[in-house]
Amino acid sequence: MTILTAKDIISGYTKVDILYNVNIKVEQGQIVSIIGPNGAGKSTLLKTIFGILKPRHGKVELKGEDITGLKPDKIVQKGISYVPQVDNVFPSLTIRENLEMGAFIRNDDYSGRIEDIYTLFPVLKDKSNQKASQLSGGQRQMVAMGRALMLDPGLLLLDEPSAGLAPRLVSMIFEKIIEINASGVAMIIVEQNAREALKMADHGYVLAMGKNVLDDTGEALLTSEEVGRLYLGG
Amino acid sequence: MEFAGILAYLVSLAIMAGIYAVFCLGLNIQWGYTGLFNIGIAGFFCIGAYTSAMITSPMPTGTYAHYVHQLFGLNLPFVFGLIGAASICGIVAFFIGFATLRLGDDYLAIATLGIAETFRLIFNNEQWLANGPRGLMGLPQPLAGLVDPKNYNYIYLVIVIVILILIYLLIEQAIRSPWGRVLRSIREDEISAAMSGKNVLRFKIQALVFGAMIMGVGGALYAHYTKAISPDVFTPLYGTFIIWVMLMAGGSGNNKGAILGAFLIWGMWIGTKFMTDLLPYTLKARAPYIRFLLIGILLEFILIYRPQGILGEEKKVSKLIE
Amino acid sequence: MAELIVYGIVLGSIISLGAIGLTLVYGIIRFANFAHGDLMSAGAYIALFITSVALPWTGLPHTTFGPFSFGWEMVIAFPVSMLIVGGVAIGLDQILYQKLRNKNSNAVIMAMSSLGASFIIRMIILILWGSDFFFYRPGVLRPAIEFPLGIKIRPDQILILFIVFLLITGLHLFLKMTKMGKAMRATADNMELAKVSGIDTEKIIIWTWCIGGALAAAGGILYGIDVQLHPAMGWNFLIPLFAATILGTIGNMYGALIGGLIIGISQQVSTAFIMPTYKPAVAFVIMILILLFRPKGLFSGGKE
Ligand SMILES: Nc1ncnc2c1ncn2[C@@H]1O[C@H](COP(=O)(O)OP(=O)(O)OP(=O)(O)O)[C@@H](O)[C@H]1O
Ligand SMILES: [Mg+2]
Repeated sequence: MTILTAKDIISGYTKVDILYNVNIKVEQGQIVSIIGPNGAGKSTLLKTIFGILKPRHGKVELKGEDITGLKPDKIVQKGISYVPQVDNVFPSLTIRENLEMGAFIRNDDYSGRIEDIYTLFPVLKDKSNQKASQLSGGQRQMVAMGRALMLDPGLLLLDEPSAGLAPRLVSMIFEKIIEINASGVAMIIVEQNAREALKMADHGYVLAMGKNVLDDTGEALLTSEEVGRLYLGG
Repeated sequence: MEFAGILAYLVSLAIMAGIYAVFCLGLNIQWGYTGLFNIGIAGFFCIGAYTSAMITSPMPTGTYAHYVHQLFGLNLPFVFGLIGAASICGIVAFFIGFATLRLGDDYLAIATLGIAETFRLIFNNEQWLANGPRGLMGLPQPLAGLVDPKNYNYIYLVIVIVILILIYLLIEQAIRSPWGRVLRSIREDEISAAMSGKNVLRFKIQALVFGAMIMGVGGALYAHYTKAISPDVFTPLYGTFIIWVMLMAGGSGNNKGAILGAFLIWGMWIGTKFMTDLLPYTLKARAPYIRFLLIGILLEFILIYRPQGILGEEKKVSKLIE
Repeated sequence: MAELIVYGIVLGSIISLGAIGLTLVYGIIRFANFAHGDLMSAGAYIALFITSVALPWTGLPHTTFGPFSFGWEMVIAFPVSMLIVGGVAIGLDQILYQKLRNKNSNAVIMAMSSLGASFIIRMIILILWGSDFFFYRPGVLRPAIEFPLGIKIRPDQILILFIVFLLITGLHLFLKMTKMGKAMRATADNMELAKVSGIDTEKIIIWTWCIGGALAAAGGILYGIDVQLHPAMGWNFLIPLFAATILGTIGNMYGALIGGLIIGISQQVSTAFIMPTYKPAVAFVIMILILLFRPKGLFSGGKE
């Protein structure tokens, strides 16, 4: 079943269009990776899907329901969560408070869910009462993902989860991503680390200059000569 | 009132509007062209007026000296008063700009507000400086010997208008120069102005100083028009707030708008006085507050519904550059 | 001197109430609210209206209240005025600032709008009460209590410190323990991320105004109890409020508390050396020194 489709998206910032007729599709339980050079519009696409930017043209559908132009706080309620590329934790809040903020719209008891997150990222449990500003880059990324998972979303949007991390942490984060996906969460992952991102992807999209360039299964893209030459560095 | 009376009234109205227009032009350099939020205009108004007053009046002598104290009295011609007022205001603006402009817009606002209040306190409390709360009186007027004192305002109106036109031309010149282009680019996008190698801080300080010097001239013109000044004239209401409303109403970033705003709002201010004169006696004492309330509401309307003012910003950039 | 320091703490605690509201608003909506001082005046005058007009009108007899200089009416007037001013602050936001926010006006335009609001509030006070001084306690002055070191403190002043302590503790608990309080801190940290997390930031803004306004009202009333009421009282507080806010690092509530105390003590102690009328200038000079030598305030570094 298709969870999300973005059709013919034209979007951008107040003065400029960045995306020109971009299309993507996510099936139930899939990992979809989006790769492309810097400035291709990958983050812009995620922001548009999540309602932070309003597309000038095109449609975003969640399980057949039109969610184009809904604001982020409404989109969250529909079961999509988003981890921004930068500034993705609340620095002066503790780890636990960061997670609680992820559950802001829940009115039931979510302490069990916090325990689930701690099981997924055990390091966070020990530091539960530390401020996020005191954490390392990898730990922050875990807090950010944990916050986004608090609502048990059906679809998770991750913007460059491995950016700026040491190689050891990169593979750890990717393992966690696979683990989260295995629990049934579909994902759109934007990555600079194109090879790794395509390896775990069910489907991949290549974006350049705000346009779809290629799309295929992760494996096919990984072995495609063109992708290899242009985006995988050889 | 017979015709001559009405005419004299209109002349006095035009003089005050013209003086306010000078302030609006000064503020327009700071806010309209550079985006600097100066809410201590009254401070520059105050020191401009006092400086010129003391430069042009003689030091009190004899018994008079027992009652009137002032730091100095140079007895120099009017022109020196203008130059002195502009210079002192420029120096004060330089120090404020130096202390706050590297920090951000709000800091400048708070600092200018503080300096205005502090000047008012100093002039109120320090007798030796400029006669404390009673202020200075009997200030000389330029070219006063030429006509019957009763008709003097006509001469002063001409003086104000000539100075206003000179300042207008000077600013138009400056704004069209490369310097003016840099100012606008800073206002539009400070970061990219800085990236293209402009020393943003220096340009901002220059604009603040330039605007403050013009405000100093405005203060001097005021002092020699009313011939008497005291600290309670330079309140945030008359000294700062109304000038902001004038500029915002006329159109910030537009010198013609600045002048138009000054005449329009001053006209409205005087017009509402006629209206509140109709109020019952008990309310009359509070009429100025009602008038200021209306001016405050007017500002809010402008900010929300017509932030560009009546005339809007004048495009000074040629099509080729765009 | 010891007495001046104690009076400084009293004044400083009042400044802190205003400064905390100012800093909360700044932290979340990111503009300098020049109407904050006048919200203090509004609180003081609304309490005056309740104690001197509304409650006497009910015909209930006036009695004094413990060892304090005001009557029992104040017990009602105090919280009611806080609520009303909280509402006024929300109202100003909805009528003015929210419209500007939605038009993406920059922070300076909002600050200008708040400057306009400050004049509007002051003019309304002037129209209703004129420019005279007022007291909550017509003619009553309670004897001061003698403490060691020759410090004389009026019961009112002890009560002021106690109320400020209660309010700040309450706010602290609210921010640390409640969901709404935590969301307020989150929004101050990063509004974009708060929206992304599903927090309704407009609601947070309303809460912030309400708390800021209510605290300002409390500050204004306490100043009225300690000293007197005057239409310009709030405006005169503006420089001390900003000085305390900047001193304590903008956005930092605990910093604003300390900053307020420092400013209050400096202002009172300065009267031993210079004319009391220079109090606002003392706050201004401290602020300029801070801007020159430590522009991020004393408590920067907690947030990156
Ligand atoms: N807030 C903004 N306002 C205007 N332009 C923006 C804004 N944010 C990004 N852009 C521009 O939009 C284009 C696409 O940016 P985007 O962040 O979507 O790229 P990206 O593919 O995510 O790149 P990266 O790999 O660097 O994260 C870039 O040219 C960028 O300069
Ligand atoms: Mg990006």
